[in-house]
Amino acid sequence: MSKRRGIEASAAVAEAVAAANVDVIAAYPITPQTHIVERISEIVADGILDAEFICVESEHSALSACLGSAAVGARTFTATAGQGLELMHEVLYVTASMRLPVVMVVANRALSGPLNVWGDHSDVMAARDCGWIQYFAENAQEVYDLTICAFRIAEDHRCLFPVMVNMDGFHVSHVVEPVELLDRDAVASFLPPNRYPLPLHPDRPVTMGAFAPPVLYTECRTAQEEALRATFPVIKEAWDDFANRFGRRYAPVETYRLDGAECVLVVMGSFAETAAAVIDRLRDAGKPVGLIRLRLWRPFPFAEIRQALSNARIVIVCDRSISYGGPGGPVCSELKAALFGHAHQPRIVSFIAGLGGRDILPEQFASMVDRATEIVERNLPVDYEIIGVRQ
Amino acid sequence: MAPKQDAAMTYRDLTIGNIVTEPGSAAAYRTGDWRSQRPVWDKNVCVKCGRCASVCPEPCIVHDAEGYYEADLYWCKGCGLCAYECPKKAITMVEENV
Repeated sequence: MSKRRGIEASAAVAEAVAAANVDVIAAYPITPQTHIVERISEIVADGILDAEFICVESEHSALSACLGSAAVGARTFTATAGQGLELMHEVLYVTASMRLPVVMVVANRALSGPLNVWGDHSDVMAARDCGWIQYFAENAQEVYDLTICAFRIAEDHRCLFPVMVNMDGFHVSHVVEPVELLDRDAVASFLPPNRYPLPLHPDRPVTMGAFAPPVLYTECRTAQEEALRATFPVIKEAWDDFANRFGRRYAPVETYRLDGAECVLVVMGSFAETAAAVIDRLRDAGKPVGLIRLRLWRPFPFAEIRQALSNARIVIVCDRSISYGGPGGPVCSELKAALFGHAHQPRIVSFIAGLGGRDILPEQFASMVDRATEIVERNLPVDYEIIGVRQ
Repeated sequence: MAPKQDAAMTYRDLTIGNIVTEPGSAAAYRTGDWRSQRPVWDKNVCVKCGRCASVCPEPCIVHDAEGYYEADLYWCKGCGLCAYECPKKAITMVEENV
């Protein structure tokens, strides 16, 4: 039913697109997403996947073409990174509000300037409020699995939202790992055909993307917000069904060695794997530390986060982007919002690290635990700290 | 979105993605709501050239049985293009009483 191969994560994304029998791909190559587009174009050119590959002149056009193809009911995929995601920006919002089930993989990249093609989360955080379902994969297998799941989630009639699958640029996108690939029949049993309920069709004309004056705009936005929140059980159901069929389980909030953990690290993206190794080492040394890997970013898993942190005394959030002039890291501010006003109030310490492709080393995660303990126990007036900055 | 019932619609009445399933429904949208001035024709000056009707962006200016022109106020936004373009200055924009 499945085979295990050593392939690059970007190639695994292309394999997922082929296995999902995608109809239309429109994408513009940009580092570090380029290998995804290269491999998909080969797969289509070689006749392995019967799909339209639309070459476009920009990311704005790429997502606009995807919007159109999703509107006729075609299964649609694109991929981008960094500046490309920002060039898509206005179309991101339109795709979500039109409830079109486009799937996009983002190889997360820092934003200019200064120009930097390496990984961090600045790009996805700038697109945080665009109305897409957004989640994170930590390695090649996860991005393969979660890309396949993304089509099932996006096209489900209880959902009908675009889905953004994030993986860290270079740290995941360019790494060759063993990946268990599913055959098309297995994927087809998990992923029913796309049947968009009101597609563009000459026999049944509809208007999509009409304007809404003040008397309607608030209602449109309320409907969109309520519908996005209602996707939460659909996402969980898809991931659970994937686990039951194929044995790999995903959850909105994934916990690691939380039993008895007084100090909990919260990490989103691939550096959670480094953090997990550090947690093992610290646990062996007798420190009561644990880890939360935040997988689902939108809709935000408020209740699951509160549950997972219900016994924590210190929470350390490690962000890979800065909200300039704001409260520090965007993941941390979301976490604070989730816990504010609730009975259990752990102390939350915000660190920012891994900007523009810089590694977060195991000893840096270990030192975050020590520093956070010091900040809490000495009650230091620290809003957030940037790890490893030369000063 | 069915325009005639805009003000009565709740967010639950909207279709997925606010898709409009009734073709030609834009004609039901009462753009006359936007108007703060209305065009008034002076038939003693009008020469029935029809330039007002041809420049109306709506287009909601039609001629009556005698060949004189008037605006359908259901759609007329009060933009004033007709008055500006009239070669005889036969059209006056009059304040709507609010």
